[in-house]
Amino acid sequence: MSDLLKNSDLSLDTADKIVSDTLHDCDDGELYIEDTKFETVTLDDNKIKSSEYSIDSGYGFRAITDDVIAYSHSNEISEESLKKSSENLKSTLKSKKGTYNSEIKKTNQKFYNDIDPIETKSLNAKIELLNLMNEYSRSKDQSVKQVSASFLGEKKNVEILRLGGELLKDSRPLVRINISMMVEKNGRKETAVYGVGGRQSYDEYLKDGSWKKLCDEAFRIATTNLKSKPSPAGEMKVVLGPGWPAILIHEAIGHGLEGDFNRKKTSVFHNLVGRRVASEGVTIIDDGTIDNRRGSLNIDDEGTPTERTVLIEKGILKNFMQDRLNARLMNTKSTGNGRRENYKHIVLPRMRNTIMLNGTHTQEEMINSVNKGIFAVSFGGGQVDITSGKFVFNCTEAYEIVDGKIGAPLKGATLIGDGPSSLKEVLMVGNNMMLDPGIGTCGKSGQGVPVGVGQPSLLIDNMTVGGTQL
Amino acid sequence: MIKEKDYLNNIAEQCLSKSNKLGSTDVSVMVMHSVSEDVSVRNRKLDGSTRSENLGITLTTYIGKKKSTISSSDLHTKNLDGLINRCVESTKITPEDELNSLADKELYFKGDKELDLYDETVLENKKKIEYINEAEEEAFSRKDIVNTNGSGFSQNKSNFILANSSGFSDGYKTSQFTAYCEVVSKNNGSMERDYEYSSKRFFNDILKPKQLGSKAAELALKKLNPKKIKSEKLNIIFDKRIAKGFLSSFSSAISSSAFAKGTTFLKDKLNKKVFGDKINIQDKADIKKANGSRYFDIEGVKTKPLELVKDGALNDLLIDTYNGKKIKKKSNGRASGSSNLYFLNGDLSFEELLNSTKKLLYITETIGRGSNIITGDYSVGASGLMVENGEFSYPVSEITIAGNLNNIYKNISLANDLEFNYSTNSPTMLVEGMIVGGK
Repeated sequence: MSDLLKNSDLSLDTADKIVSDTLHDCDDGELYIEDTKFETVTLDDNKIKSSEYSIDSGYGFRAITDDVIAYSHSNEISEESLKKSSENLKSTLKSKKGTYNSEIKKTNQKFYNDIDPIETKSLNAKIELLNLMNEYSRSKDQSVKQVSASFLGEKKNVEILRLGGELLKDSRPLVRINISMMVEKNGRKETAVYGVGGRQSYDEYLKDGSWKKLCDEAFRIATTNLKSKPSPAGEMKVVLGPGWPAILIHEAIGHGLEGDFNRKKTSVFHNLVGRRVASEGVTIIDDGTIDNRRGSLNIDDEGTPTERTVLIEKGILKNFMQDRLNARLMNTKSTGNGRRENYKHIVLPRMRNTIMLNGTHTQEEMINSVNKGIFAVSFGGGQVDITSGKFVFNCTEAYEIVDGKIGAPLKGATLIGDGPSSLKEVLMVGNNMMLDPGIGTCGKSGQGVPVGVGQPSLLIDNMTVGGTQL
Repeated sequence: MIKEKDYLNNIAEQCLSKSNKLGSTDVSVMVMHSVSEDVSVRNRKLDGSTRSENLGITLTTYIGKKKSTISSSDLHTKNLDGLINRCVESTKITPEDELNSLADKELYFKGDKELDLYDETVLENKKKIEYINEAEEEAFSRKDIVNTNGSGFSQNKSNFILANSSGFSDGYKTSQFTAYCEVVSKNNGSMERDYEYSSKRFFNDILKPKQLGSKAAELALKKLNPKKIKSEKLNIIFDKRIAKGFLSSFSSAISSSAFAKGTTFLKDKLNKKVFGDKINIQDKADIKKANGSRYFDIEGVKTKPLELVKDGALNDLLIDTYNGKKIKKKSNGRASGSSNLYFLNGDLSFEELLNSTKKLLYITETIGRGSNIITGDYSVGASGLMVENGEFSYPVSEITIAGNLNNIYKNISLANDLEFNYSTNSPTMLVEGMIVGGK
């Protein structure tokens, strides 16, 4: 029974016939149907700006033979539209003949509940809480000049119809609560952003006054930065804090281990499986199976159950992250990493929750061992050039380390490094693994998907810091 | 193919009348339709083709000073009614904001549409594939070009109607043709990538395949076997495609919303010198066939030409209705941001810039977010070429460039080589005295 075809003139039987007719001579493909409800409620400059709500539903029809993908999508779910798409796919692939493998692993695994977070809290209650967050934040100190807070909620229903009539379903809630603050003192301005989220109801992240902690944290970071001094420029030792700084792992290593870049041999890692790519203490996994996490999925967007994939074990490269297409062309199996932003986009191998596992050192040990360096606690965005391996990220909270002690806060600096070499320069891996608060969105080929990261504290021997002090 | 005006109008009318019936005092609705057909190619073989069709509405209803917005791609009458209902219901419980309103009627766009923003040309996928194959062919004819990251061609056509309860109702078609080529070079274990792309409203205006391929190859080859340099203070030349990024952060910093909230480092700088005397920045929406051209913004307000920076002084802002009221200025049609934003030409030739000092760094790529518009701090990862005595000497990578936009703006010199390739455009740019982080 399809839930998403209910409002259209398209029956599951007809859809199934069109799918068979289109895909029977192809290697792979599916009809992906999606229905997404999304809301944002934003308070900005002391006012509820407006509430926004959107509904987007549509289908993406994909046919693949060899390495050629034909794709057609529309937000008009109808027999006529699907037939038009089918013609389109067939004409692209008309000179090719493939063999479809209908088998796909089944699962009953559930890592989140089927709730609609938008409806489980009334708009009134959301507005009330945003006002409370605003008042509480502004009452903390005179220096707080601007507060912006928002609730973002989403409910996405997905159905995947493969050749052979198999209909795979997933129902995915997702929320995020953000607060940003601008503080001003003695003519100097700084800002901070903090947020939490995951695949549960808003209240799970707000209960027992925990919303105050969000405001407190944003305030702490912003006021810390008011005291910051210009960051040094040049190579030095870097200690990364636990949790969110793992976006370094995501950028430096994660993207380079996605199947597509390796099949196409444009990743620096493409010929390094079984080889040492990181220090011995480094083990990195990509895990879609952690309860309620932002990057978790019951099944990926091709219907493959997600799993915990070991990428690097004790420094040795073990596996790439695969979708079905790249797995087939590289003679291996999908790892459940096939994802897309929505029905308008083709599937790509993408990360889920990418995590470095615990080592044995304490963060204190790391800091004590550094004469001159920086301690990076939080980052804004990051980016990587897969081919050259160079990556950057921007510090939003960082401190200097002088003679083994944490010193003054530093103004937002960029760190730049080289993916393949940076993990070989990991000198110590901490014993304090933490997951991020649930705020990450990864961008690739114009598609954003929710992801998670996690890591213990790390000591890296040598990275280039982009500050203004020579 | 693309839905005609009557079809979109009909949906817009339904939204307006239904919202009014349910008690809205004001309503604004945008109905959009777009069709895009893309192909991608790798190693001169078809990699994929995608057809995208999107029809959607964005509806904003007001009850007095209360406001709520809804958007949807599901336009079956039954769903549409439910949506409008939901929008009006949430409007009722959204708190009042005395500044909420539609735009001033006097500012609405009226008049003829003569900007040539729509090209009827329809290219079969076969033609697109040939175009891109030829580009890759050209790139692969160079020694050390070993792979592609994928190249492609996309053709996009769209049409929309914007209508509101104050009587505004207008819309128009636009088209966009985009070709790109991204190749990988390899030599002595060094692997680099670079790209060239061209995106225009008219098919005949995009770069020819051979130019596209040879430029991408040339850029990727130039980057091979880079060195990391020592940290030092250097004069830096930003290639045009990087220099235009300074305009993007500038446009965020001079938006009326940033001014109203005080969240910009330029907050107190209106009518004051921000750049050097020779710098002029304009935002012109009425350039024929240009990528950023438009008649009006998402509120229906005519997007009039602006001299944003005149002889170095900040002369105007990008203003929408709501934030305009906060700073006591009328909208100038920038609720959708800037249009064609550009630096006017400087008075130096490209060669003069290269020869301006004995040693400087020519930046061809930056990665990372870069600008903090609240503090003006700027810090990015970068790669490029070292220039010694006016000659390119060797590629440089894994470095950072940092400074503060307040200082950077004052130290900009521009070449006289402006071209209108994108919606923001800059001549080649020299910035004196930036801090380079390296070894």
